[in-house]
Amino acid sequence: MKKLLCLALAATMALGLCACGGDTPSSSGDSEGTKPQGAAFKLGGTGPLTGPAAIYGMAAKNGAQIAVDEINAKGGEVQFELRYEDDVHDAEKAVNAYNTLKDWGMQISLGSVTSKPAEATSAENNADRIFALTPSASSEATINGKDNVFQMCFMDPNQGSASAQYIAEKKLGTKIAVIWKNDDVYSKGVHETFLAKAKELNLEIVSDTTFADGNDTDFSVQLADAQSKGADLVFLPMYYQPAALILAQAKNINYAPKWFGVDGMDGILTMEGFDATLAEGVMLLTPFNADASDEKTQAFVKTYQEKFGEVPNQFAADAYDCVYAYHEALTNAKATPDMDAAALCDLMMKEFTSMTFSGLTGTDVTWDSTGAVSKGPKGMVIENGTYVGLD
Amino acid sequence: MKNRIRWNKTTRNNYITYAVVLLAFVVMQILSSGGILSSTLKGMLVPICAYVVMAISLNLTVGVLGELSLGHAGFMSVGAFTGVTAVIALRPYVSSAPVLLIVGMVVGAFFAAVIGFLIGIPVLRLKGDYLAIVTLAFGEIIKGIFNNLYVGLDKTGLHVSLLSDKTDLAEGGKLVISGPMGLGSIPKVATFPVGVLLVIVALIIIFHLVNSRSGRAIMAVRDNRIAAESIGVNVTKYKLMAFTVSAALAGAAGTLFATNYTTLVANKFDFNASILILVFVVLGGLGNMLGSILAATALTILPEALREFSDYRMLVYAIVLILVMLATNNDTFKSFLSRLKPGRKQKKKEVG
Repeated sequence: MKKLLCLALAATMALGLCACGGDTPSSSGDSEGTKPQGAAFKLGGTGPLTGPAAIYGMAAKNGAQIAVDEINAKGGEVQFELRYEDDVHDAEKAVNAYNTLKDWGMQISLGSVTSKPAEATSAENNADRIFALTPSASSEATINGKDNVFQMCFMDPNQGSASAQYIAEKKLGTKIAVIWKNDDVYSKGVHETFLAKAKELNLEIVSDTTFADGNDTDFSVQLADAQSKGADLVFLPMYYQPAALILAQAKNINYAPKWFGVDGMDGILTMEGFDATLAEGVMLLTPFNADASDEKTQAFVKTYQEKFGEVPNQFAADAYDCVYAYHEALTNAKATPDMDAAALCDLMMKEFTSMTFSGLTGTDVTWDSTGAVSKGPKGMVIENGTYVGLD
Repeated sequence: MKNRIRWNKTTRNNYITYAVVLLAFVVMQILSSGGILSSTLKGMLVPICAYVVMAISLNLTVGVLGELSLGHAGFMSVGAFTGVTAVIALRPYVSSAPVLLIVGMVVGAFFAAVIGFLIGIPVLRLKGDYLAIVTLAFGEIIKGIFNNLYVGLDKTGLHVSLLSDKTDLAEGGKLVISGPMGLGSIPKVATFPVGVLLVIVALIIIFHLVNSRSGRAIMAVRDNRIAAESIGVNVTKYKLMAFTVSAALAGAAGTLFATNYTTLVANKFDFNASILILVFVVLGGLGNMLGSILAATALTILPEALREFSDYRMLVYAIVLILVMLATNNDTFKSFLSRLKPGRKQKKKEVG
């Protein structure tokens, strides 16, 4: 009897949740602006909305949502209906999520937010002839050999070579140390091309040290190595969490080289419990920063903060740009929502390789036929706790 | 007389299992060719086959041998990485995709069996909880190895290096396994018919093993180790046999799974994956192969079917899981089910 009661209770709970869950899809598009007037293009994307990588997926989803809301509120020929599905940063779940979107009738795709799932879904995109423009999947394999998959962000390798180029051109350092994370795709990709380009430009790399998950709290060995070899610039291709620790520990041993980071460093100033004075003078290459003074960025940051209560990161900005790039391309191509995915795919491939786009993450953005983006990296330096454009 | 009836019942159950798998295959093929099948379900057919094989092979270790293994995903990982390497290496020489996949699965199964055998030698001397913990550790070790393994392929053959990429490939060569980035650009050769073929082959192997002299020895070890030893059953040998067969099948399933996606990382086969497979087995019933098949299928589809709950998806999934576990272990519910089954009644009559 007790067991039956237990069962009944659990059943009630499940039912209760069903009721809660039932209205979530509608509550995710809470503002009136999301409801497109009349026919709309079905825009779908997958990303980690739950799990440890959720911060990236949610940012991209929110960024895209703001752009869609703005476009739909303005009206016009091109309207969007946005749907994001959760892939938990896993290739298998990403393909399932992609198939769910396909069943929903997705016509154009925002690909996947993170690199590994994007590799899996972009192969599906290519096989099904559904055009994809991924906001942030930066690995080379995402677009490699797929004519209808495009990127909004820099490819990892490009970041490495752009950084080396930048350091060499501005003569920022003579002896360079690199600390990188060897079990991270992003860090590894940037590191490899940085080294290759540095060699080409005759930059002297005096120290090349690594860390990995599990030993990412103590950097004394790596820093001592860099210091003893007299490195005057340390390149940090990594996300901001370990970078913050490195900066703090370097200060403790009175080591003050120039610091140079990539877009993963974006966010270090807003990190909780981080002493912003430590980041003073840190240089980084990033396509977006939330403190930029231009009107577009400020409006975006304001809306984002109002709606989601936090400062948008690069992922949000990239996704926002993706939607606007689609808007421009679809308008130029005079595409209509009743076209099927394959027809739109052909149109988009033509448009994206010929158009020039300006958005939050860059001006005069162009794409080549491989799907790689070309936009000038913005060199930033942290001064008095804010990002200031270099040169 | 009694013995003959028991035998018949086992055979009947085995044939029912084959029939269910074949029926599911035919129905899915008809629905698929009729275009009624949703893309979501279509995309899950191959992974379901892989998970089914994982579940029934683990059932051999847990249900038939009676040893709790928490590192089964490790063998899937071995099979996936070695099998895919074989598929990529042989691709220029084999034009037929199914043949390529089958060769890959054989290679995957072979390496998983070798690893299973080697691991089994020390591990199977342990009992109960100790064995469970050591298998867990082995799963983690395998994950760690593949996270640091670099395998490259060029004209001169395969190059292997650990920790960092020292493969030094010739012109035109490429990395097959690149450490933490795992496998990339895997040819998508996995198909549903080959998946079902693997399920059937796995079932045939397991049923024949269980119903053989060796199988009875394995079950004797499970039921009472001391008694089995006293009548001269070589405990280590039979434990190793079951464990190795289980590992080999998991390896083949790993290859099937990997070739359904273009990319795969070693972290996919972590502790959680092992537990998920164990959940299939426990839910389906220890030693019950049909149960494992149904549980694996249902629990693979369930998270996708719950997508409409968006953020609450995994919460609902967990609650449904608790519900099902409670329901299947509820005496009232069980007796209600057995009243529906004609077979049970007959047995009762015989007993009475």
